[in-house]
Amino acid sequence: MARSITNKQKTINTAFAWGIGLIIFFPILWTILTSFKSEADAIAFPPKFLFFDWTLENYAVVQERSDYMRFLWNSIIIAGGSTLLGILIAVPAAWSMAFVPSRRTKDILMWMLSTKMLPAVGVLYPMYLIFIKMGLLDTRIGLVIVLMLINLPIIIWMLYTYFKEIPAEILEAARMDGASLGKEIIYVLTPMAIPGIASTILLNVILAWNEAFWTLNLTAAKAAPLTAFIASYSSPEGLFYAKLSAASTMAIAPILIMGWFSQKQLVRGLTFGAVK
Amino acid sequence: MGRITLDKVEKRFGDVQVIPPLDLTIEEGEFVVFVGPSGCGKSTLLRLIAGLEDVSGGQIRIDGNDATMIPPAKRGLAMVFQSYALYPHMSVRKNIAFPLKMAGMDKAEQDRRIDNAAKILNLTDYIDRKPGQLSGGQRQRVAIGRAIVREPAAFLFDEPLSNLDAALRVGMRLEITELHSRLKTTMIYVTHDQVEAMTMADKIVVLRAGHIEQVGSPLELYRRPRNLFVAGFIGSPKMNLIAGAEAAKHNATTIGIRPEHMGVSKTEGMWKGRVGVSEHLGSDTFFYVHDTGLTDGITVRVPGEFDLKSGDTVYLTPDMTHLHKFDDKGLRIE
Repeated sequence: MARSITNKQKTINTAFAWGIGLIIFFPILWTILTSFKSEADAIAFPPKFLFFDWTLENYAVVQERSDYMRFLWNSIIIAGGSTLLGILIAVPAAWSMAFVPSRRTKDILMWMLSTKMLPAVGVLYPMYLIFIKMGLLDTRIGLVIVLMLINLPIIIWMLYTYFKEIPAEILEAARMDGASLGKEIIYVLTPMAIPGIASTILLNVILAWNEAFWTLNLTAAKAAPLTAFIASYSSPEGLFYAKLSAASTMAIAPILIMGWFSQKQLVRGLTFGAVK
Repeated sequence: MGRITLDKVEKRFGDVQVIPPLDLTIEEGEFVVFVGPSGCGKSTLLRLIAGLEDVSGGQIRIDGNDATMIPPAKRGLAMVFQSYALYPHMSVRKNIAFPLKMAGMDKAEQDRRIDNAAKILNLTDYIDRKPGQLSGGQRQRVAIGRAIVREPAAFLFDEPLSNLDAALRVGMRLEITELHSRLKTTMIYVTHDQVEAMTMADKIVVLRAGHIEQVGSPLELYRRPRNLFVAGFIGSPKMNLIAGAEAAKHNATTIGIRPEHMGVSKTEGMWKGRVGVSEHLGSDTFFYVHDTGLTDGITVRVPGEFDLKSGDTVYLTPDMTHLHKFDDKGLRIE
């Protein structure tokens, strides 16, 4: 017998889901709201939720004081560049692990993941020295490489999982049909894995966009992305919550909008294979 | 085009030898069926010929040329998979065009061949659909279409009908046989279904544990099985195998008699027994006879209807001209 759900239960479930969603989203919502308040309203107690004097002043001040576009451009290049470079390296890597596994493949996957368990600060000093030696300090290319490397295990893992879902017989068919390895990957594997690759790209752009440890420690002025832009509003000026919120909103807006428009693709990608 | 020779070909996975050194020649234009129980190495053997697996030793020659180290794409063979293995993101037309595109064939020739294949396989109406919108039989036709447009040296079929329902399977079986008589290209067909093997093959290769048990035409295998394994495997229902005193009378360790080679009587005969289950197919009736003192459950096939109920006494008389004798090693005695 199919399980029946009454309308009442449906309403409760929906309300519950909205409640959870709101709790998760609340910090972002609060930041956005605060960015439209005056500094006095921002620290008022009890907090003002919707009824305050809405103002765009904070945005004007923030834009005036620092060059938002330059930080945004750096973020786009660093997040986009590291993701693209990562995908280019990860597709062949995941292909080989998914379709021609060796006895050590599982170990290699685990080992790659284990690098994520290392506290980043533990390698900060050697990395910093290497960056100085190679002249990569405060350069976009340096950050593209570092972020690509720290996210590569995740990219490979995700792609590996998606590729495993693709029947090997289809790739063998391509081989029988005369496709070289390159053509097999370009014409058959990649189109079939598009949903998986798309969600991997999205997730990785978000991760790279939000990455604050390396972007703050390895940049100064030239290559600083939006994380540095927010950070610059936190301490030296005292606690200006409204301006800090305005800066944060500006920093997360692009990624928030991108996530909003691609949520279908993201969900489809993350549940790929779970539901046939 | 299409003569394939296996010369001491063997395959090991690690320490496990799945195919011991094996020799086989497949003549040009032949329809060869590899048959055997699951795990007998028939699919592995096909994949070795295709080049999807590397041989561990020996040589594979296609039309006289050593193909052992040639990648699958360059062997000029086409394969039809059990799962169809269509490209889900491409239309039927693009699926069929794929091998031609890979070969860099010009567009006009591609279209000519695709239209021709679509006509032969009744795919013209579905040519712009995606594989997901097709039924199992139609998908299998697309897979065959993708194979025939290449005009390969040989076709390799890996259990292509086992995902289809019974009625469709019989229809596709006929279509593949007709395709072979039309194209006259070498075909190698893997199946575990001995009925498919019997109905389609020019030559059957019976395999067990990587060994070739017998090679021959369907009727040769039916009439003169070389050993007990082939005797039991070919023919449906299975041959009755009887050991012991009854076999000793014929100077054999085991004797075999097919269900259709026995006379049935209610009153007299050589072996007396009791009817157990009977299956009425209309065209034939199968009786499973117990308590004969020979072997548990002898199967008899009688054409048409025969009035015997469960528990009735029955007399069986084997047709001596169709008696098979085997020695203590299980080999046929002439």
